[in-house]
Amino acid sequence: MKAAVIVFPGSNCDRDLAVAFRAAGLQVEMVWHKDQTLPDGTDLVGIPGGFSFGDYLRCGAIAANAPIIGAVKAHADRGGHVLGLCNGFQVLTETGLLPGALLRNAGLKYICRTVGLQVATQGCVYTDGYKPGEEIALPIAHHDGNYFADPATLDALEAENRVAFRYTDTPNGSARAIAGVLSENRRVLGMMPHPERASEPAHGNEDGARLFAHLAQALTAA
Amino acid sequence: MKARVTVMLKDGVLDPQGEAIRHALGALGFDGVGGVRQGKVIELDLADGTSEEEVAQMCERLLANTVIESYRIEMV
Repeated sequence: MKAAVIVFPGSNCDRDLAVAFRAAGLQVEMVWHKDQTLPDGTDLVGIPGGFSFGDYLRCGAIAANAPIIGAVKAHADRGGHVLGLCNGFQVLTETGLLPGALLRNAGLKYICRTVGLQVATQGCVYTDGYKPGEEIALPIAHHDGNYFADPATLDALEAENRVAFRYTDTPNGSARAIAGVLSENRRVLGMMPHPERASEPAHGNEDGARLFAHLAQALTAA
Repeated sequence: MKARVTVMLKDGVLDPQGEAIRHALGALGFDGVGGVRQGKVIELDLADGTSEEEVAQMCERLLANTVIESYRIEMV
């Protein structure tokens, strides 16, 4: 199975994401944001964390208008899988592939620590490697991770079981403790925590590895 | 010609930076500041004849995120 990791100026988790994908058994190609097309046969697009375009204007706003984004949207429209982590989540909300927006943390501080998460849904390639409702721990590292959407959108996300992860103790003010959300077809996931930073023994925490392992296995089986 | 675009968080969207400013003003002894909202101003140098509708498109597509922000355009 082939994954493409998009690289923007200012991305800094792109190689970590590629390492995690490869460790799970995926083939990975790095794709520069100025490219117009994804490599042939791309099954999964990874949008990495970092500070694309220096977070100028709004986090993810300029990346969301990069040349490669047309191909990423087309991939998602065809039913392709897209995983956006941290800045990648911000990019996905800015493109409109996921609802809502990420605001400045309620406490105004950049937060960099490991937080507790509840796996809040089943029935998607990203969370089915965990037990329903399982509590895991993953690192976060963001200044703008305060998930916002209007109440009707939040109600719809909950009714459709599209909240993938919730904070057990919300660190950033996110509405309804939301740490990650799925698209309607459950194939696009955006999340603020960093599973790629908790995916090998040297990290001291391998809770993230299970996300990648199941994702790779599910895509291969599909 | 120029346009000045003011982008503000919509009512109902928590503005933690505005809140921090309000607290700081209170700490400086300025009483009676009921609320503070912080936004941004973007000035555009435009080719003559650029229409306000075109600037509105710039706002919709990039300058503002209309999920959380509203914008106001002044052609100056």
